[in-house]
Amino acid sequence: MKTRTETQTSVISEEKWELRLYTAGQTPKSLTAFANLKRLCEEHLKGRYTIEVIDLTRNPQLAAGDQIVAIPTLVRKLPEPLRRIVGDLSDTERTLVGLQLRPARSNNP
Amino acid sequence: MGKGGNLKRTSHEVLPKAPTGIHGLDEITGGGLPRGRPTLVCGAAGCGKTLMALEFLIRGAMSYGEPGVFMVFEETAEELAQNVRSLGFDLEELIRKKKLIIDFVRVERNEIEETGDYDLEGLFVRLNHAIDSIGARRVALDTIETLFSGLSNAAILRAELRRLFRWLKDKGVTAVVTGERGEGSLTRHGLEEYVSDCVILLDHRVIDQVSTRRLRVVKYRGSVHGTNEYPFIIDEHGIGILPITSMGLQHDVSNERVSTGVPRLDAMLGGKGYYRGSTVLISGTAGAGKTSLAAHFVNAASERGERSLYLAFEESPQQIIRNMRSIGIDLERWVRKGLLQFQATRSTLHGLEMHLVAAHKLIQEFKPDVVVLDPIGTLTRAGSDLDTTSMLTRLMDFLKTQKITAIWTNLTSGSDTEKTDVGISSLVDTWLLLRDIELEGEKNRALYILKSRGMAHSNQIREFLLTDHGVELSDVYLGTEGVLTGTARQSQEAKEIADALARDQAIAGKLRELERKRQALEARIVAMRKEFEAEEEEAKRILSEEQAREDVLRQDRNKRALSRQADAKPTTGKQRTT
Repeated sequence: MKTRTETQTSVISEEKWELRLYTAGQTPKSLTAFANLKRLCEEHLKGRYTIEVIDLTRNPQLAAGDQIVAIPTLVRKLPEPLRRIVGDLSDTERTLVGLQLRPARSNNP
Repeated sequence: MGKGGNLKRTSHEVLPKAPTGIHGLDEITGGGLPRGRPTLVCGAAGCGKTLMALEFLIRGAMSYGEPGVFMVFEETAEELAQNVRSLGFDLEELIRKKKLIIDFVRVERNEIEETGDYDLEGLFVRLNHAIDSIGARRVALDTIETLFSGLSNAAILRAELRRLFRWLKDKGVTAVVTGERGEGSLTRHGLEEYVSDCVILLDHRVIDQVSTRRLRVVKYRGSVHGTNEYPFIIDEHGIGILPITSMGLQHDVSNERVSTGVPRLDAMLGGKGYYRGSTVLISGTAGAGKTSLAAHFVNAASERGERSLYLAFEESPQQIIRNMRSIGIDLERWVRKGLLQFQATRSTLHGLEMHLVAAHKLIQEFKPDVVVLDPIGTLTRAGSDLDTTSMLTRLMDFLKTQKITAIWTNLTSGSDTEKTDVGISSLVDTWLLLRDIELEGEKNRALYILKSRGMAHSNQIREFLLTDHGVELSDVYLGTEGVLTGTARQSQEAKEIADALARDQAIAGKLRELERKRQALEARIVAMRKEFEAEEEEAKRILSEEQAREDVLRQDRNKRALSRQADAKPTTGKQRTT
């Protein structure tokens, strides 16, 4: 997995990122998560990312498709493989690891 | 927790309940699970939690018009459908008809990164959406504790679960939540803290290599419930629980009488036979004719058009049919007509509870009027004596409530026939005892009624004969030499006839002798009369001779007087005075 992460980070510059943020109404957690995500994307993926915000209170039928349990959940649809990050993304380090924008060194300190 | 529940609850009202439709569970819980509240079903892996949750939904959708949502955390919807298809449930059909939604929730830890604060609103949204889309009244969550392995923040999970159960209550759905059994607690993650209205514990034990599933209602707030451990089985029709110990003794009794199939035995039982719905115990030594007597009753029931269930624990149905044909009872035709059903199982095949539950389910499905258990004694091999007794008591109670006449046969050892090895004799209504009488080198069967509650019955011992046209009862010889049967009876009878003949002859002889004596007497009388007549004649003759002699003498004297020229006139009378 680590080797894969490294190869991905090397090809990251060409890839198109497709992100989905699941929320349930305009809760403080959702707003925080969106703000955090926006900031990270601007920092690391400027110009090659899309963020789709799905409000489950309006489209509840979409929750099952992406196996959403926790809110907010960020799903990385592209590049493969699919990744899920739950929480308001306030821990930048872990979010980057989760998005595989940074090698997961925190996993084996 | 739970305080808010008081808002909806009025203490004097009966707690509304949602029937589960699961065989036996509604009896134990007094009508079902608490309506509009979550119920916790917990137990170790493989104890039947998932099936119970699913059956609750399926029965609700099919029988009670209450659609359900099944949220699975462990299996996929396809796996689940496959698993229950073998149990005769067609999930796809229910899903197509919008009576059931299965939502598979997958929480894989290695796919999820947690950063910062979150909640489980996604789960709520999914559940809410599913409930609303089909108007579900029932929800099952299996096994929600899986979330603890997928998400690491236990504090959030606990708070969210608490909120979830609260939410389910507010939503007014009847929910079943399953939980894995933990060490020293009901569930591994303490779900019992949140679900406090009703907790059901499932257990799967193996004792003496026989597996037994048991269910216990640990708590049921605001409701009376059976507190025992109830055995249950999972078979091709789903879960079946045996609630029988919760039964009281309030069953109705019937005054109707049913023929035993043996006219002479009917006569012994007040002329009418057994009571319908009573329990008849036929005990006896090996080969005494217990099965034959039971077969007679089954045959009689079938002739009346009633249905019989024959639970055989020792012989195969074919064997019983063949053997009964030898005494002129054709059971096969009733099997073909669907009036008689055989169920043959080795008593050691299952645990005792399995037998009981299986019998219970079979009875509910077949709805017989007569149930034969042949023999009950072998069941002790599947459990201890105490277990067997309690099982049989439960089965008996059940049969009585259903007004099913039960024939139980029991093998007794030769020496102690008035005792059953399972100790149920005091519970049965009619007890027929078949015993062997050994005499003069042969063994004969005798039958008597040890007891028969609520009817006048014969106290006589009858000889029990198995003929090619069935059972026949015959009077035994009762005389100075005790009870005699068989050849001894026949020889005794012959002897008696001979004795009678001899007596008759003796009397005739005596009469003849008397006659002879009378004749002799009369002859003697005649002889004596003759003798007397002869004497009389002799006397008369002598008398006349005397007379004649006297005449001669007088004439002679007169002559002499004349010759002496006497003065006196020759008169006979005055002669001596002169």
